[in-house]
Amino acid sequence: MRTDRVVLHVDMNCFYASVEMAENPQLRGLPVIVGGDEESRHGIVLTASYPAKRRGVKTGSALWEARRACPDAIIVPPHYGLYMRYSHLARTIYNQYTDLVEPFGLDEAWLDVTKSVYLQGGDALLLAREISERMVSELGVTVSVGVSWNKIFAKFGSDYDKPDGLTCITPQNACSIVWPAPVRDLLYVGPATGRKLNHLGIYTIGQLAQADDELIRRTLGKMGSVVQAFARGEDESPVRPYDPAVRNIHHVVKGVGNGITCPFDVEDEQTARQVIWLMGESVAQRLRAQGLAARTISAYGRDFATLASRSTQTTLARPTQLTSEICSTAADLLAADWDFAHGAKVRGVGVRATNLVPAASAVQLDLWGCEEQRLRMLTLDKTVDALRGRFGNHAVRRLSELSNPRLSALDPARDNVVHPISFFA
Amino acid sequence: MKGIAGRAKKYVEVVSDTSEEGVVTPLEIIWDTGVHYHIDRVLDRRQAHSLKTGGTGMRYTVRVGNTTTHLWYEGPRWFVEAKVAAMPEW
Repeated sequence: MRTDRVVLHVDMNCFYASVEMAENPQLRGLPVIVGGDEESRHGIVLTASYPAKRRGVKTGSALWEARRACPDAIIVPPHYGLYMRYSHLARTIYNQYTDLVEPFGLDEAWLDVTKSVYLQGGDALLLAREISERMVSELGVTVSVGVSWNKIFAKFGSDYDKPDGLTCITPQNACSIVWPAPVRDLLYVGPATGRKLNHLGIYTIGQLAQADDELIRRTLGKMGSVVQAFARGEDESPVRPYDPAVRNIHHVVKGVGNGITCPFDVEDEQTARQVIWLMGESVAQRLRAQGLAARTISAYGRDFATLASRSTQTTLARPTQLTSEICSTAADLLAADWDFAHGAKVRGVGVRATNLVPAASAVQLDLWGCEEQRLRMLTLDKTVDALRGRFGNHAVRRLSELSNPRLSALDPARDNVVHPISFFA
Repeated sequence: MKGIAGRAKKYVEVVSDTSEEGVVTPLEIIWDTGVHYHIDRVLDRRQAHSLKTGGTGMRYTVRVGNTTTHLWYEGPRWFVEAKVAAMPEW
């Protein structure tokens, strides 16, 4: 196991709320909640400031729940452009220390400073403190920094002491800091994995690290060995700098999807199909932009009452990037899964294209297929893409979308922001 | 300070110079009343947050006559921490 690396994990505390406070100092020290628009039914807590959290406001809860917990909370709408700008400015600071910066969402990043730690005489803590101080003076937001020899423990360190904390986890102190913590504090141990481990009598990270390898592998499968290695500090995954312009092997796109919580309940099949077409069109557009084609199409719906979602998928005979094929497949899937004729109502709808292959790869044609027609459709789709690229996403629209005024306000391609969120490449 | 209730973020018109290397130097601040304030010297230039009014950007510490003040370049706009006059006591 390599323990000579120096990896920092920098986490901006209550990011959205901190940015709002940095832009408007009058909000400092108050219970601030950044929440979605309740009228379009996105009324959940996106981020809450620490005074609001102390009063019981939880991220992800409904705004009415938050208001009940903290009646004097100040609720501000999100300003994504501003958050992107602060995130970019933060990365500019990180890049002044190392070129190995791996963002994990807008507000977190790993920095491999193994080589550049010598800028501060080899003292990683000094370097981490300098970054933390610069974030406060240059951006007005506080950060928690974790320092360790691997990414998992660095992330644990930044979560360990919030806000504005600095935690160094070394091979010497890992057993006393990391191991007594609940197993759920480990990255990639979610509620389901946590429950399974608890059933085995494993409650702490230390117990997971010391557990029998075979038992963990049998219970959790392949991921069991991975999380056990994480618990032992044996994670050797490199810090991978993210460059959206370079789609290299480290950032293989596994799926392209788009979903929406509709501002209204979808009660009939026709509207469901219209929303699916709207979502699917943006999925197909993004597939074409990335030079990919999908073999598997899935559609999901979220029940209006229980908020439980379920999805169905199908694998096509050949990969596609055609809007018409993706949308009609997804619409058929949704219509088959939800019985709109007998009262089914959905609140959210989504389309996902997975099992991706490069669009240029060789395809086995069949004797009766109408390949010419497909090529014509592809040319049409690409022409529409080009028009939208030049004149905006609303330059060319489907009649189904225009005929339903409730749908015309939505712009899925513009509203879709993709963030790197997975630890695994 | 006497007579000042606080500070407010105020976007201002600025005449600036951009060098071949891309270094931006402010030359003159034009207030909304039309008054031109000539910048005699740029004393400091650094990325900084405005504690008084909020916002972040490239902060220029500038000398205007006898006064030293800060001017932020938020790209593509400029702002200052403008003084807000206190209401007179009756």
